[in-house]
Amino acid sequence: MSLLELRKLNKHFGGLHVTNSVNLTLEAGEIHCLIGPNGAGKSTLFRLILGEHHPGSGDIFFAGENITALKSFARIHLGLSVKFQVPGVFKGLSVRQNLEIALQSRHRGVELAQEIDRLLAFLGLEAEQAQTAGNLSHGQKQWLEIGMATSLKPRLLLLDEPTAGMSPEETHLTGEMVQRLNANGMTVLAIEHDMAFVRQVAQRVTVLHLGQVFAQGSIDQIVADARVAAIYLGQSHA
Amino acid sequence: MSGFVSLLRRLEGPQTLGRGPAFWSAFGLALAIALAYPLFSDGYTVGNTIYFFVWVFIALGLCLIWGYGGSLSFGQTAFFGVAGYGYGILTLNFGAAYGFTWIALLLAVGIAALFALLLGYFMFFGRIAGVFLGIVTLAVTLMLERFMAQTAGPEWHVGVARLNGFNGMSAMPPLTIPWPDGPIVLFADIGLYYVVLGLLVVVYLGLRILMNSSFGNVIVAIRENPERAEMLGYDVRKYQLVTFVIGAALAGLSGVLYTVWGQYITPSSMGMTAAALPLIWVAVGGRSDLTSTVIGTLLVLAAFQALTIYGSQYALVFMGVLLVLTVLIAPNGLVLGVMNWLGRLATRTRRGTN
Repeated sequence: MSLLELRKLNKHFGGLHVTNSVNLTLEAGEIHCLIGPNGAGKSTLFRLILGEHHPGSGDIFFAGENITALKSFARIHLGLSVKFQVPGVFKGLSVRQNLEIALQSRHRGVELAQEIDRLLAFLGLEAEQAQTAGNLSHGQKQWLEIGMATSLKPRLLLLDEPTAGMSPEETHLTGEMVQRLNANGMTVLAIEHDMAFVRQVAQRVTVLHLGQVFAQGSIDQIVADARVAAIYLGQSHA
Repeated sequence: MSGFVSLLRRLEGPQTLGRGPAFWSAFGLALAIALAYPLFSDGYTVGNTIYFFVWVFIALGLCLIWGYGGSLSFGQTAFFGVAGYGYGILTLNFGAAYGFTWIALLLAVGIAALFALLLGYFMFFGRIAGVFLGIVTLAVTLMLERFMAQTAGPEWHVGVARLNGFNGMSAMPPLTIPWPDGPIVLFADIGLYYVVLGLLVVVYLGLRILMNSSFGNVIVAIRENPERAEMLGYDVRKYQLVTFVIGAALAGLSGVLYTVWGQYITPSSMGMTAAALPLIWVAVGGRSDLTSTVIGTLLVLAAFQALTIYGSQYALVFMGVLLVLTVLIAPNGLVLGVMNWLGRLATRTRRGTN
């Protein structure tokens, strides 16, 4: 069953056609990676899925429901969640409070405190719980935000460059975490430049180029595709 | 019962400074002094103290909207004025019998809140934010001032209540408690003092509970990162609107109490100077903390009044200097800075003795 379906999605910024008739189907339970050169329209596509931008034309279906006109928070209630490209944590608040804000709508009282402790342990941030989130290292901020995003127990998790600024070891750990979440039934759509990460987790890969779906397939098929290599090297794909 | 206990636990939390026995002892002491002080003072001085307390509500409302919520409203005095005039119009028409002044107080605050709901709806759902929110709110309050200023003619009246232009509306009845032996009229001395003090304590503690609740968590989350808050499933605009309405209601409460205190309200209560002053109190005190806002507001008001003896224009210049100094030295507020310093000092002393 398809969990997310984008049908002929179009988005213009002035004369710039950033999303050009994109069709994309995500099967429930898969880890799908979205790659493509800078300016391919990957982040814009995320913003369309999340409702931060509204498409000029086309439809977005989530779990069989047309969500094209829904506000962002309502889409989150349906089971979407996101980790942004630039770590979106509440910088002035403590790490613990960051997680409390994410968890407080599903848990209360003692149960809430236990959930926060559990998540802190999962993220390895127990020692930092009283620290201001803005003082965390870049990698820790990424983890904190992934923790907040996953604490909503979403059906579909959107990850915008989850490993940016991470060491190879941290990248690998993040990959393992994504696979663990996926094993528990979470569908994942990730924008990623790190090909080691893509190779580690992706079950299917979509290449976006100039706002269009350029190629789709397994990572091996994509790597073997000479046209994909060409656009990454900045050549014309004639 | 357990619900009540969990409410009390929210009196302390990450959103409010001050916790533990030391803080609450200081709070108790301050309250005891405030309660006992009229016994050792005269009616005029007590009346003057009420005037200080009256302004704290509008400051707390701004603290909520600006300090906690991150939306700068430059027009809190609009709600102050609307509620003040509202109380005047209601009581001049319907009198003070049967405790109506209290109903008028509630209605006037309600009118201000309703006005804020309407204005706030268009602002927040129209995605007006940042400096533009300040501009729109300031424009609204200045427009109201201009409008009320031109109502001097006899054609401007609501029922028997003349609006009176720049001369202002006056002679509305003070708050009156109906009593079998004859109504108790709360003129601007000891009676009104205890009413306003009681309201202040209730509002202060109530806001502490509110800000340390899950609602308060969302409000500061929106200040820190509205996009992230929305993507955790919170309807950001709705939360902003509710905060704005609560803050406006508090400004309205200030307006009614001010009108009750002086039996007088004029358009200049919504003018440029009046609109700017609450910002200075809250900024100098420490906009992101309720306690700092209360202390800061009272201190700045006292300093302002002391200086006014030498001329109100000098006092205003001093206010400007104070704001500039705050921005340069302690952008989060002078009182808040001192309180944080005291907190650090206490922690260090405790570590030293252990």
